[in-house]
Amino acid sequence: MSKEVWVGFTTILKKEIIRFLRIWSQTLLPSAITMTLYFVIFGHVLGSRVGDMGGFSYMQYIIPGLVMMSIITNAYSNVSSSFFSLKFQHSIDEITISPLPHYVVLWGFVLGGVLRGLFVGIIVTLIALCFTSLHIAHPLLMLAVVILSSALFSLAGFLNGLFAKKFDDISIVPTFVLTPLTYLGGVFYSVALLPPFWHKLSLFNPILYMVSAFRFSVLGVSEVNTVHSIIFIILCVIALYFANLRLLSSGYGIRN
Amino acid sequence: MNALEIENLTKTYKNRVLALDNISFEVAEGDFFALLGPNGAGKSTTIGIISSLVNKTSGKVRVFGHDIDTELEAAKRCIGLVPQEFNFNIFESVQQIVVQQAGYYGVPAKIANERAEFYLNKLGLWNKRNVKARSLSGGMKRRLMIVRALLHEPRLLILDEPTAGVDIELRRTMWEFMQELNNKGITIILTTHYLEEAESMCRNIAIIDRGHIIENTNKKTLLQKLNSETFIFYLQKPLRESPNLHGFNCYLQDETTLAVEVHNAQQINSLFEQFSAQDIVVNSMRNKSNRLEELFVKLTGKGAL
Repeated sequence: MSKEVWVGFTTILKKEIIRFLRIWSQTLLPSAITMTLYFVIFGHVLGSRVGDMGGFSYMQYIIPGLVMMSIITNAYSNVSSSFFSLKFQHSIDEITISPLPHYVVLWGFVLGGVLRGLFVGIIVTLIALCFTSLHIAHPLLMLAVVILSSALFSLAGFLNGLFAKKFDDISIVPTFVLTPLTYLGGVFYSVALLPPFWHKLSLFNPILYMVSAFRFSVLGVSEVNTVHSIIFIILCVIALYFANLRLLSSGYGIRN
Repeated sequence: MNALEIENLTKTYKNRVLALDNISFEVAEGDFFALLGPNGAGKSTTIGIISSLVNKTSGKVRVFGHDIDTELEAAKRCIGLVPQEFNFNIFESVQQIVVQQAGYYGVPAKIANERAEFYLNKLGLWNKRNVKARSLSGGMKRRLMIVRALLHEPRLLILDEPTAGVDIELRRTMWEFMQELNNKGITIILTTHYLEEAESMCRNIAIIDRGHIIENTNKKTLLQKLNSETFIFYLQKPLRESPNLHGFNCYLQDETTLAVEVHNAQQINSLFEQFSAQDIVVNSMRNKSNRLEELFVKLTGKGAL
């Protein structure tokens, strides 16, 4: 990467970081409040009646899922809303007319989403530690899963931003696709507890693999093969990366 | 070397509107070039294609020899664009907007800040550098877009209606600034609704209408095509009907305002002689419109850009 391109990349990244830090009450605070409520209601109040799950207290069991849920929703919405806002104000033209290569633009936005995911992940984890103790089984794997998953959803958010024509379009996917899949992705329960049909159906939910891999990295227990999960996430990242790059090159959603 | 070469450029939009029909023109390096035309003629589409905001249907565009099909990044590096519509993030400060734009062109923050100070001072925006763009007046926003386009020091500056909505005093300041930039060697392409702007600043002019280039020549040659001018005379005494001025077409705009068309072959002296003979006293006179505007109306059949 040449010096000029590096300056362009850091400009986008810095802009993205400043954006989500400046509007922290819309980007960082909501997850902290929502997750605190989850920990209190599901983990503390209901969890004491549910008992152990996978050899851990219910509170400990749901923490990885809830952290992952925060990471992917924040990574997704950071990129989709930031990119669409630029389109809406036509300030995306500033980037379109610049000599920045498309991959640099993509990486700038995606890394911005990854960093917001990490920020929120750390905040939610710190809140979780107020309710229970956690021993992280595989710290490096945990970091890898967080980065890969947030990159995947940042790329998905970018795709949404490219296709979106109005503000409603960037809330449809999180509301009607992301949230249901997350809830059904084993955040609050083990899919092994489901009847055979629903268990098999759950295996088609991509978020299950992320939650499961993350849970394995934190607690050391998993419902699906972690290697398969990691490969699946990497393949999704590659596919989305090239899809976005192709659309950016064609000017879809940003050029007339 | 030419700053811009356009060859057989065609653009058909998805709704099948043919915005540009096989147009070709060149802009020499260092030129101050006007691209004029009525609304919907294809000016903004042409500018959009040059600056890669619009995909072309066919044809070639080269910026300082860089083909936008094969060397797009090199071509983009040469261009600074001041678009017609405000297109910055209104929640960012003036300084943030211009320094960020320079960053996209690979200009390090330190240099970008130095240049920002220079150009913001030059265009009277330095004391507004920390103000959010949404708080700026229309004229300030226009100047902000000019500064933003200059920070990476482009060789070709494209100004799409840069003085629209700007008061006359500020407009004149901006004209001086544009002349200064051109004198420094920056090639400028200007589209404007103010034809006196194009007439006073540009050396070469192309007129585009309905997607076709109908004129493309230097200003002098173009203005020679204008075979008459209309003058407005303000009279001391009111007239009931148009006077009979031999050899001149004239009509009363109101009882003390007389419009007279004077052909190139005619002399205004003979007009004044006829006024004196008919006891018509003239207080003052002016051109009905500038010469380029009269020519524009004749060529396009439209009264306003």
